[in-house]
Amino acid sequence: MKQSVLFEIKALYRDDFRVTGFTFGEGEESICIVGSMRGNENQQLYACSRLIRKLTELEAKGRILPGKQILVIPCVNPYSMNIKKRFWSIDNTDINRMFPGYDQGETTQRIAAGVFNAIQNYQYGVQFASFYMPGAFVPHVRMMKTGFEDVELAKQFGLPYIVLHDPRPFDTTTLNYNWQVWETHAFSVYTTNTQRVDRESARQANEAILNFMEKQGIIRYRGYSGYHSRVIESRDFIPVRAEDAGFFEALVQPGEEVDEGQLLARIYDPYLGTIRSTLHAPMHSTVAFVHDEAMTYQSTAVLKLIREEDY
Amino acid sequence: MIQTIAKTNMPVDEVLRIRKNRIQPCPTRSVSKWAGRPAAEHSEGALPMPSSPSCSKRISIVTGIHGDELEGQFVCYEVARRIEEHPECLKGTVDIYPALNPFGIDSVTRGIPAFDLDMNRIFPGNSDGDMNEHLASEIIHDLEGSDLCLDIHASNIYLTEIPQIRINELHEETLLPLAKLSNVDFIWVHGASTVLESTLAYSLNSRGVPALVVEMGVGMRITREYGVQLTDGIFRLMTELGIWDGPTIEVRTPIISRDPDEVTFLNAPVSGIFIKTLSFGNAPSLQSAASCGEHLQNASRYSPRSGTMVKAGDEIGQIVDPLRGILLSTVTAPVDGWLFTVREYPVVDEGSLLARILTQTLSDPA
Repeated sequence: MKQSVLFEIKALYRDDFRVTGFTFGEGEESICIVGSMRGNENQQLYACSRLIRKLTELEAKGRILPGKQILVIPCVNPYSMNIKKRFWSIDNTDINRMFPGYDQGETTQRIAAGVFNAIQNYQYGVQFASFYMPGAFVPHVRMMKTGFEDVELAKQFGLPYIVLHDPRPFDTTTLNYNWQVWETHAFSVYTTNTQRVDRESARQANEAILNFMEKQGIIRYRGYSGYHSRVIESRDFIPVRAEDAGFFEALVQPGEEVDEGQLLARIYDPYLGTIRSTLHAPMHSTVAFVHDEAMTYQSTAVLKLIREEDY
Repeated sequence: MIQTIAKTNMPVDEVLRIRKNRIQPCPTRSVSKWAGRPAAEHSEGALPMPSSPSCSKRISIVTGIHGDELEGQFVCYEVARRIEEHPECLKGTVDIYPALNPFGIDSVTRGIPAFDLDMNRIFPGNSDGDMNEHLASEIIHDLEGSDLCLDIHASNIYLTEIPQIRINELHEETLLPLAKLSNVDFIWVHGASTVLESTLAYSLNSRGVPALVVEMGVGMRITREYGVQLTDGIFRLMTELGIWDGPTIEVRTPIISRDPDEVTFLNAPVSGIFIKTLSFGNAPSLQSAASCGEHLQNASRYSPRSGTMVKAGDEIGQIVDPLRGILLSTVTAPVDGWLFTVREYPVVDEGSLLARILTQTLSDPA
């Protein structure tokens, strides 16, 4: 393993800002894995740290194939992580809305450009991504439909779901989108959580990535056999919205199969403690997403379901 | 008349309401019966309700999408105040939406509080979507039917901007003639950008509602002279639309830029504390700086305007290190031109935007 600074900015009062990369093997730029990009992405950083530990072991055992190079960037934004702020410290801009970046532009554009310059030539790119709503997701690989997406390749992660997503205007400045446009096979891997560390889903995601590397001839690895992935469109998620605002109590977990009419959640009046509304499954389905904050706003999609009859 | 255009229940004993003030002509106003009374009284039935307007045109004044941008607050107040002063001159409908993001304004938050979400990236919204998408959809629904919408922004807390209008080149043909009447100093026609397709203005323009995006002043502050300047422009636009038949001023002739190469960006070469040494108004203005060469040969053609003429080498500011007491960098203008953006917020990272300079030769702007 080689540790190197991929991008650096001198600071006034803080330690210098550094994006650090960890390289395994030598040769063609085969796969790059990127971890946290926002200050609340503890799970994404944790997953990368476990992956670096695993790759260090594999490298010591000679299991990284000759001529293959792996780069892991566990954190693109240490400044925001250290102050527990989601976006960039001074101007609150989101690095994952700045790609491909501009090296003469504003600070986060420069960071994006510096990182993208280091990773744009990798054959495969994997980002540990997070959902913008607070909640827990069933593990899945997500790909934007740019015309360059390769669903068959995504199945080689062996995660339960592959979610295809039509890019919205603001998606065009994300890492995943630009990686694809620059002809890297790009995948976003969603583990269960963001702010809180979930060791099991991090382990599952890393097994999926190692499985994928093995199938691409980058490493020798025998582990997780994986799922037969089901491909769904993000617009096919069935949102279950909060009819009222109030305290939210979920009664199901991501990945759980539920029957039509099953009680999924309750919303309570925060003054009286009485039930304001109950949420039920509209059909036989699997729970894909569960809101995990104490309160909910009205109309929030507190649950997302995957219709089972689509099988 | 104060109207709620969108609302949603909050978890704890509160309703989020987005409101507007609809001002329409009323026969009783011809004798100035309401002069001096607050507009809010009109919706309470104490006085006759407005009749149907004599002109069917409608202008919408919108601001407060970003909760830290307050320049539009004065404009909203001033437009309503002037109409109230001469209600007999109003011939159409004026809708004033001062706070599209009321929680943001209340909490000094640029985005939507609790979501860390830029409200100007979620339009046109979705009536069946989450709370914010639903609110965005209701806003679009209410603004549809306007003959013109002005969406007033105030840069951000980092930069001061001279009064300007930014136009997506896709909508230039419709918007440029209107922008020229707005009494701003500068019209910046910019290239189409996919990421901007989720803004309020783009959504309105793509639905056939002409929407002008105004940028002026600085976040968290109100620059009264800019507010007065834009208000004058709004009344000129209202006259053009047949909404107002009172007196209006002769508006400024704006400089128009279409070529991205005409705008030079100055970014901080190092991290530090930026001490501004040149700002709008403390350097030669367009009228007086006759030594600035070709740019100023035509200056007398223009009305007095904001911003500052600079020559290559003029000092704009310094970046210093207070810990060590040293000067890190002297920031100078790299070109002759018109400084129309300057940094206000002192803390800078390497790359932070410090200034923008227009290098266009000021030929006939028409």
